Amino acid sequence: MSTGSHFAPARIRSVSDVACDVRMIELEPERAVRDYPTGAHLDIAVVVDELPDIRSYSLVGQRPQQGAYRIAVKDVPDSRGGSRFVRALATGAEVEISEPQSHFELQYGRPEYLLIAGGIGITPMVGMAQALQRHGRPFRLLYAGRTRDQMPFVSELSELLGGRLELFVSAEGLRLEIEAEIKRLEPDGELYVCGPLRLRDAVQAAWRAQERRQDRLQFETFASGGRFAPEEFVVRVCDRDGHEVTVRRNRTMLDALRDDGVEMMWDCLRGECGLCAARVIEFDGELDHRDVFLSAEQRAEGTTIMTCVSRAVGGSIAIDTGFRGPAG
Amino acid sequence: MANGNGRPSSDISQVPETFKLTDWPRNCWYAAAYDVELKQELLARTIGGCSLVMYRRSDGQPAALENACWHRLMPLSEGHLEGDDVACGYHGLVYNHEGRCTFMPSQKTINPAARVRAFPTVERHRFVWVWTGDPALADPDLVPDLHWNDDAQWAGDGKLIHLDCGYKLVVDNLLDLTHETFVHGASIGQRSIAEVPFEVTHGPRSATVSRWMVDVEAPPFWSMQLEWKRGEPTERVDRWQIINFEAPSTVAIDVGVAPTGTGAPEGDRSQGVNGYVLNTITPETDRSCHYFWAFVRNYRLDDQRITTLIRDGVSGVFGEDEVVLGAQQRGIDDHPDKQFYNLNIDGGAMWARRLIDRMMVDEADDERYHRSADESKPEEQTVTRVEATKADAERLGIT
Repeated sequence: MSTGSHFAPARIRSVSDVACDVRMIELEPERAVRDYPTGAHLDIAVVVDELPDIRSYSLVGQRPQQGAYRIAVKDVPDSRGGSRFVRALATGAEVEISEPQSHFELQYGRPEYLLIAGGIGITPMVGMAQALQRHGRPFRLLYAGRTRDQMPFVSELSELLGGRLELFVSAEGLRLEIEAEIKRLEPDGELYVCGPLRLRDAVQAAWRAQERRQDRLQFETFASGGRFAPEEFVVRVCDRDGHEVTVRRNRTMLDALRDDGVEMMWDCLRGECGLCAARVIEFDGELDHRDVFLSAEQRAEGTTIMTCVSRAVGGSIAIDTGFRGPAG
Repeated sequence: MANGNGRPSSDISQVPETFKLTDWPRNCWYAAAYDVELKQELLARTIGGCSLVMYRRSDGQPAALENACWHRLMPLSEGHLEGDDVACGYHGLVYNHEGRCTFMPSQKTINPAARVRAFPTVERHRFVWVWTGDPALADPDLVPDLHWNDDAQWAGDGKLIHLDCGYKLVVDNLLDLTHETFVHGASIGQRSIAEVPFEVTHGPRSATVSRWMVDVEAPPFWSMQLEWKRGEPTERVDRWQIINFEAPSTVAIDVGVAPTGTGAPEGDRSQGVNGYVLNTITPETDRSCHYFWAFVRNYRLDDQRITTLIRDGVSGVFGEDEVVLGAQQRGIDDHPDKQFYNLNIDGGAMWARRLIDRMMVDEADDERYHRSADESKPEEQTVTRVEATKADAERLGIT
């Protein structure tokens, strides 16, 4: 993982609730703010269960605002505790933050753009929409959410974008027809999607079905949920004499294994790199794959699981972590 | 799992940020010379950051001394051998193979403090190994297993290559053979290496990456060998690559092909040809290393023509790696603010690096190591290295 950026102190300049369960936080770094590319995020050093950890948040808006970076944090009940830490920060509090960096940068020069945001996935899209609007590029922003009061930035965006913003509020009966929307996009157009796993999976499937170029679909890994709500499960480690480890609802399988002394390899912790894979020997219930490493076919086979993000649901799972050596 | 809107969890104490470490453990054996290289003459070589002068004594035993005269630090390699002793080429001070001074010019006595450091050596598996760490721990049983290189069941030969890259880049290279497809396309590479799945396993001091390619076309290097053994061309083969890493830097790769359908994946390799690519890499500096390799085979053992042809062929293949690895090191040096990204294919290399890190952490925690290091008046560099290792240990969560 790229952790090259160094952390430096920042002060909370303001906090404000911008939607139900969504808080916007302005961070004023000790060193000067700098312009950042579209799709950029910040890493914030947090403390979860008394342990240091890092959480990443997309920057809201195309540019820093009067010397501060803006992030928006959603309160998620099944969180591992990062959002709770950040949301508890009050004006004047100090945190350590990284320099902004982007893995989700807007590529200019395409004939048309489609931006799709689901829920809090709107955060990186605000800056992208501002940039495209400013440069007069053809684009549309499709913004889906459960209820209107849970969707931040709607009025600002609609003022800026007019008809280019389309809202799909499921509580109001408006469904996003992903296949049809993709069909409307220029053949060489580009799609950026950020949102829950279900949305991303649906977009990917539709994109493939229409045989569009893979590199024209950009998504931000956003392991904020799977097909199932997380629940506690037991994992049996076959190559450690069948040692059993309980994975609590708010822990990852990787963390639970490591806490119990099972040596694992990992890197990205986002379900991207594939290094924390474990071989699935058997399972009852369902595997909730939340990674982007396995193909749809591999997921269906059910023989490999990415322990950093994916979970078992409704049963237990037996895995092989590849340890070959004396027990203990 | 949810974390507000951003990328989830990465955990400061968990990030294996090992790719920036350019150092190496010291309490281990490093190959310092091929057996044929070491003669009754002085050979200068830097091993693990230590500048050494090496030679064979008259009974054939190898010796390795610090390559700086106690008196005025003249490299002893610029001097000459007097029997089993080394005479400095400047003022004539003489040292025996244990580094004790035995002659000083224009005086009747010898200053009892006059000595240069002598390094433990052992000759095994056709290599002369040197121990640059705590000499009290230099157990010959810890020499990495490369027995195939000196075994009547196997025949072959190899070479030493000097590489302008850190030794870990070579470990990476050998632990992930998908690069054969792209670097060695004309000889051993084929698409299926980069396509078929592989298995990574790990133990306390070792890591293994196994890959079987069943029912594939044999690449030129292997079709040639299969024909040498069987006397006829073979269309389809089962090919294997089983990479065995032994920390810190030895890699023995079990490779071969057998005609498809003759049972090699099930364990019967009798119809095929089997080889071992034996590799051990010795750090020289942060950005250079000595790469010792050999290729041995298990068929037509007495055919010297085959030994030479394969050695020269493999030499050409490794020449391609030399270019890539040198360029990669320059890429790293040119981008000091950047780090590696890791892919699934890097699993074996990641385990290798973790095991190397663990060795360094272990020896940093070993009081005997500190004592030995104190006694031998470590240069500043050594102190820095130990501190870095402790910090890394904390970050890695290794206790």
